[in-house]
Parts: sequence; C-alpha cells; structure tokens
Amino acid sequence: MIESKGRPNRLGIVGWLGGGRWGLERYLYTLHRVTGLGLLLYFVLHIVVTSSRAVGADLEARKAWWEWAMGNVSGGMFVAGEYLVFAAFAFHALNGIRLGLVELGIGIGRPIEPVYPYRTSVHEQRPLAIAVMVLAAIVALAGGYGFLH
Amino acid sequence: MADTTTLTEVVFRIRRFDPTSDAAPRWEDYRLPYTKGMTVLDGLKAVKESQSPTLSWRSSCRMGVCGSCGMFINGRPRLACNTQITELGTSLVSVAPLPNFKTVRDLVPDLTPMFDAHAALHPYIVRADQAEQERPTGEYWQSVHQLEAYLQFSYCIKCGCCMAACPTYATDPVYSGPMPLAQAYRYTADSRDGGFAARKAALAAERGPWKCHFAGECSQVCPKGVDPARAIQLMKRALVLDYLRLWKQPCPAKLATVPAGIKRREGIPEAPAPTIEKMVT
Amino acid sequence: MRDQRLWTWHVGAGAVILVLLGLHMTVMHLDAFVRVFNATAEEPIAWSNVFARAQSTFFLVSYVLLLGAALFHGFYGLRTIVFELNPGDGLKKAVNGALVAAGLALFLFGTWAAWASFEFARVNG
Repeated sequence: MIESKGRPNRLGIVGWLGGGRWGLERYLYTLHRVTGLGLLLYFVLHIVVTSSRAVGADLEARKAWWEWAMGNVSGGMFVAGEYLVFAAFAFHALNGIRLGLVELGIGIGRPIEPVYPYRTSVHEQRPLAIAVMVLAAIVALAGGYGFLH
Repeated sequence: MADTTTLTEVVFRIRRFDPTSDAAPRWEDYRLPYTKGMTVLDGLKAVKESQSPTLSWRSSCRMGVCGSCGMFINGRPRLACNTQITELGTSLVSVAPLPNFKTVRDLVPDLTPMFDAHAALHPYIVRADQAEQERPTGEYWQSVHQLEAYLQFSYCIKCGCCMAACPTYATDPVYSGPMPLAQAYRYTADSRDGGFAARKAALAAERGPWKCHFAGECSQVCPKGVDPARAIQLMKRALVLDYLRLWKQPCPAKLATVPAGIKRREGIPEAPAPTIEKMVT
Repeated sequence: MRDQRLWTWHVGAGAVILVLLGLHMTVMHLDAFVRVFNATAEEPIAWSNVFARAQSTFFLVSYVLLLGAALFHGFYGLRTIVFELNPGDGLKKAVNGALVAAGLALFLFGTWAAWASFEFARVNG
C-alpha cells in the first residue's frame, strides 16, 4: 500500500444527497434509505405494540389489553404517521423489486461497444424505474383512500 | 448550450490550495477572453500562462484518452480536456479537484487509494499456465461474442471520475469503488481468464460490490461509456450465482494451435523470406 | 465471504417480505378494495378480526416468517448504512454484536407473542 498524501476532500454524507449531480436513480437511492430506516423504526415499535394481543389471563382481559394498546395509538398524529409508513412501504417495496432485478443483472442490458452518445445501464432500466414510481404512487393513493374512510 | 455568438468572456472560479502556505482551500476568480472551441483545459492553460503561474493540475493527451485531467467542473466530475465551455451553459466555470480523493495541491487529487484497490483485485489475466504467460507461443481462442462480454469495460482510462461521483465512496474509503470493481468484472468476464477464485477472496468480503446500491452516477459521468454500474451489477450476479452453486467458471480459453496434418490450400502463395533477423530472447 | 452470503440472504428476505408484507398490508389497509382475512364486518384491527386470525396456522407461520425475514432484512440494511460511515474495527464488532442480539431478542419475543395468541385462540375460539 502506497501512502496517500494530501488534504482530505471527501464529500461525506452530502455525497449521499447528490453533491450537485441530480440523477433520478440517486434520488431513488436516497429515498430508499430514508424509507428503510423509517420502516425499521416503526417495525420495532410495532412488534412491541402488537404483542399486547398475547397478554391476559382470559378472553376479556386479552381483549381489554389489545383495545388499550390500540387506543393509545389511535390519535391523529399516530394515524398520520401510520399512513406515512404505508406510503414508505409502497415506495420501498416497489423500488426494492427494481433493485432486486437490476442488481442481479436483469433489465440493465448486455455489455455493448460504447458509441457516443452512450446508452448506459441507467438508461436501459429507466422505464422500469418510472413504472415503479407510478405503481408506488397508485398503491400509496389506494392506501390513503383506506385511511380516510 | 451557451450562445457562442455572444460569449466573449468567461470567469474561471478555481479552487486553489498550496499545502506549503495555505491553511485551507480558497476560491479564486480569473477572467479570460473566450475563443471558439475553448475547453476547460485550454482555460486552465491560459490562466497559468497569463495570470497565475503557480496553478497546478494534471493533464497529458488533451484528447480524452489518458485519463489524467479528471476534475470537478460545475458540480460534476468531468475530463477538463473533453469539456467544451459552451456545453456548461454558463460563462462561470467552477473548477475544483476531484472529490473523494485527498487534494495534493490545487487541482491535483491523490489517486493512490484507487490504484491500491484496483491492484488488490488482480486486474490482469490469471491463468494456471505460467510458462505460456511469461513466454507466449501463440494466441488464445476467443470468439466475437466472448469479446463482447467484456470489451465495453476495457475502455476504462482510470480517470477517477466514477469514484468522485459514487455516493458510497463519498463516505466509505474501504469500499473498492466503481473502477476497481468494474475492472475486476472485466477480467472475470474475459474467457481467457481463470482467476475467479483468486479475486473471490476479496470480492466476496468487504471489498466487494455489496455496498453498491445502483445510484448509477458512475455510469452517468464516465467519459468513455464504460458503464461501471453495469459491470458491478453483473459482478454481483456472478457472485450470487457462485454462492448458490449455479455458476460454473468457464474453462479458460485454449491456446490456438495449428492442428496437425493440415495441408495448404491450392493456389495460395508461400510467404516471402523474412528480411529482418529473428530476435534472440 | 460473509458479505457475499449476507447480501444474498438480504435479497431473498426482501422477496419473502414482498409477498408476506404485501398480504399483511392488503389485509390491514386495502380492505376498502379487497377484503381478505377479515372474518367480521368490523375494522381489520378490531379484536374480533385479530382473534379470528390468531386461530389460523397459516397466520402463525406467515407472521413468524415475516418477522424473521423483516428483522434480518432491516438490520442488515441498518448495518450497511452504519458501516458505510466508516467506523473503526472495534465499533464494527460492537455494531455487529448489538444487531445480532437485538434481532434475536425481537425475534424470540415476537414468536412468543404469535405462539401464545395462537395457542390461546385455539383453546378459547
């Protein structure tokens, strides 16, 4: 290993946000991270809250525990938060399908001799990316309808 | 594109840093007359000749094949020699050294971590027949289709623009980066290579392609159309299939030998006698 | 070698979650369009529906599978994000240990809750 010299010049976390280059897939990457973290946080709390269905000596007690737990999370802020979780799920799942396909080499095209203007794997999978965003919006809206009623 | 009929002057905003005298980098503006067809590299040369003789950068071929002049120009990693000022769409040209590398001085990045990561992934043909590698006696068979499987990735000029654009490399210096991983795939996909096992030791672990999340910026900025993102995803595919035992490494290409007992076709003249003495090795 | 294996399982877990969480979201939030596994006419989170689902072996198995897959997938994702911030070796080991411990603890707790409610519902249903 040769010693590296000079003043540090890394973009850091700003580099996750685009650092000046606004490609669509970079935004999708950042949003995928943010929704993933949000879903994980919700999930951990969800495991704890829904475990209330297993607590209680008899049927009436179990029902009471469950309804107490649900009562605690039924306020306006909680409902709004839950909708955000649903929307985050819609995006993360559908973008996840795209990533699962693309990162296993499906939908990115074969290696070709590069002729300018270059048609890269990013262009090849762009229709899939658009389709995924449209589907995610549809699912999120469908869920929103459910939340409002 | 900026209007070339009205553009008469451009301003180069260059990030200067002299380690012997500066505590931190600073931006400096230089006004230059614009001439038709001016590239960013032409502008840097004009600044050095007429305004700031201490300005430092790397460049060589001035035609986009050596990979020396990678810089951060108007918010995007580009080759200075390949970037027309008019394609930037503004008369303010901001030039900074490539990010994600330490800055040695002015516009000179320290690319040694990239080359170290590259070397760690054995970027050369690895074969069992060492004697043939040292003293070649012939060619290896390779079809056009086999060539197509890796040719695109062999166009890499190691300029470092992809590394500067990568969001993972922006925070994580342990990640190998797009260029080393794309080159690792270039050799994995080469039918003459038998070195998958040798590279797998590094690729299956932390230095591998696992931290790539297909932001695609590397392929967007590559000046040679190498599409490192494609190579990295194909590398992941090969490694996953290898883990699931669904991928067999193809036998490395065989030496092209003339079969025994072949007769010369009628009517083809013999080659003339050599006029240059054979070299004694 | 580990990363090659972990990443493959991460993608596999994602596929499992796609199916099972998709079903869970349909049951819970898309009941205005498709009503599945909601035996009574009440809301999906009403006790009557929760109790009815608790009696089902299918739900016991799929909840436990979903729990395991989602914990693995989520914690591996969190590990990836943390490791990309380039922590030192000691911190990496600590993060690995903490995530394994937390993941196992949550998995055991969630499995207990699913099994306990299944058993109770079968007896009292």
